[in-house]
Amino acid sequence: MATVLLDNISFSHPGGARLFHHLRLAIGSERVGFIGPNGSGKTTLFHIIMGLLKPDSGRVLLDNREVSDAKAWRQLRQQVGFLFQDADDQLFSPTVLEDVAFGPLNMGDEGSVAKSKAIATLNSLGLTDFEDRITHKLSGGEKKLVALATILVMEPDILLLDEPTNNLDSSTRGRLVAILENLRLPMVIISHDYDFLSKTTDIIYSLDHGHLHKSESIHLHSHPHAHLYGDHPHDHGG
Amino acid sequence: MNLECFSTGSSILHRADVRLKMISAFIFSIVVALCHGLPAPLLALLVGGSLLLVARLPAMKVVRRLLMVNLFTLLFWLTLPLTVPGPPIMALGPLAISGPGVALALLITLKTNAIVLIFVALVATSGVADIGHGLAALRLPHRFCMLLLFTYRYIFVLHQEYQRLRRAALLRGFRPATTMHTYQTYGNLLGMTLVKSWQRGLRVQQAMVLRGFQGRFYVMEGQSMAVSDWILFGLVFLAAVGVAVMELKSSAGGW
Repeated sequence: MATVLLDNISFSHPGGARLFHHLRLAIGSERVGFIGPNGSGKTTLFHIIMGLLKPDSGRVLLDNREVSDAKAWRQLRQQVGFLFQDADDQLFSPTVLEDVAFGPLNMGDEGSVAKSKAIATLNSLGLTDFEDRITHKLSGGEKKLVALATILVMEPDILLLDEPTNNLDSSTRGRLVAILENLRLPMVIISHDYDFLSKTTDIIYSLDHGHLHKSESIHLHSHPHAHLYGDHPHDHGG
Repeated sequence: MNLECFSTGSSILHRADVRLKMISAFIFSIVVALCHGLPAPLLALLVGGSLLLVARLPAMKVVRRLLMVNLFTLLFWLTLPLTVPGPPIMALGPLAISGPGVALALLITLKTNAIVLIFVALVATSGVADIGHGLAALRLPHRFCMLLLFTYRYIFVLHQEYQRLRRAALLRGFRPATTMHTYQTYGNLLGMTLVKSWQRGLRVQQAMVLRGFQGRFYVMEGQSMAVSDWILFGLVFLAAVGVAVMELKSSAGGW
């Protein structure tokens, strides 16, 4: 089990307004949902956690040790799996098997070990016989699940999911909910999908003007789709 | 956009090892390309046609592919009979059709079609992904193979992105014409596609780094070659030898 702590993080985009100001956040014990308006910095926060962006000030700690050198970042990136918004960005190998085996191979696994790990992970997600499929020919839902497999095969302790239900049909969305429930891993999920968050997370934070607000009231409500978060209105398309 | 319209199938050629198929196609096409006489390319054409039958490819698609290739050889038929010096075989008004010119155009046509048939039957029956891995296994430069595989992976995504932009322009009443506005719009579309591709490239690289990429690709254990692969290789090699022998005989005299 790993814990990631964001300690006093401040960040602003070059030439942009300040996104975070002395933000403090611990990840590693619960399932957390993040909601917030577009541009509030949800994805940026994930990029800071993974070391893709460097904060202006503050530290990222993994198990109470500051993550500072390349080796420590590699360690964190193995323990924290980050599912991108667009699966096309994450699946770059021609075939599914190669893509899923890419992480284990980089971690130093033998070819045969990486292969059996990849196949086991695919099977566990209900993607049996997907090994030889060509990645760019998969459907949107299949791409999302294969992308999740490429993360899970690295045996992470924490998951970060960036809008995982975007463009998914209801049956794939249902599959994803069931998979995440079975995983029993701590995770952070960015989503605008209130119903999905209520099914998969214990706590929901809203990110607003660089601050996180806890919204625990979701536990008490019988119909999680109700407009609990009046400051984030959403459209029913009707 | 379909880059691999011949790669799906269940024939012997589809199942054969891509490395040996590429090597045999390469050897065969070198031999054909070096021929000067007509009989040897004719035999090669026959070999290519037979392999095509073995591959059991959709006939219409093959014909369309050959038509495209022969649009190119048509240029030789239009120019060579009029430009190559030699005794005329007939006259079209003031124009003399030269015998050596016709022979040369025929030779080029036979050779081109023979090589295309061989490549369709042997190489196009494998998917681009397999070809990329095959080339890597044959020790072609790593960067070249990666370039091929990444291009193959993202060319569709980029094409879709371009199509999306183009459709958005069409839906807002854009109609291409020979005007500054059209050039400017296409410039913007291409520029926008380029920017998006660049951004996607960055995101792909991030995804790779997050999964431990350190500039080196590791390969899982490769495919092993079966006896049938070697038999196929042997047959194509023998056919190439046959074409070469015929060429040597015909150039030594005789035909």
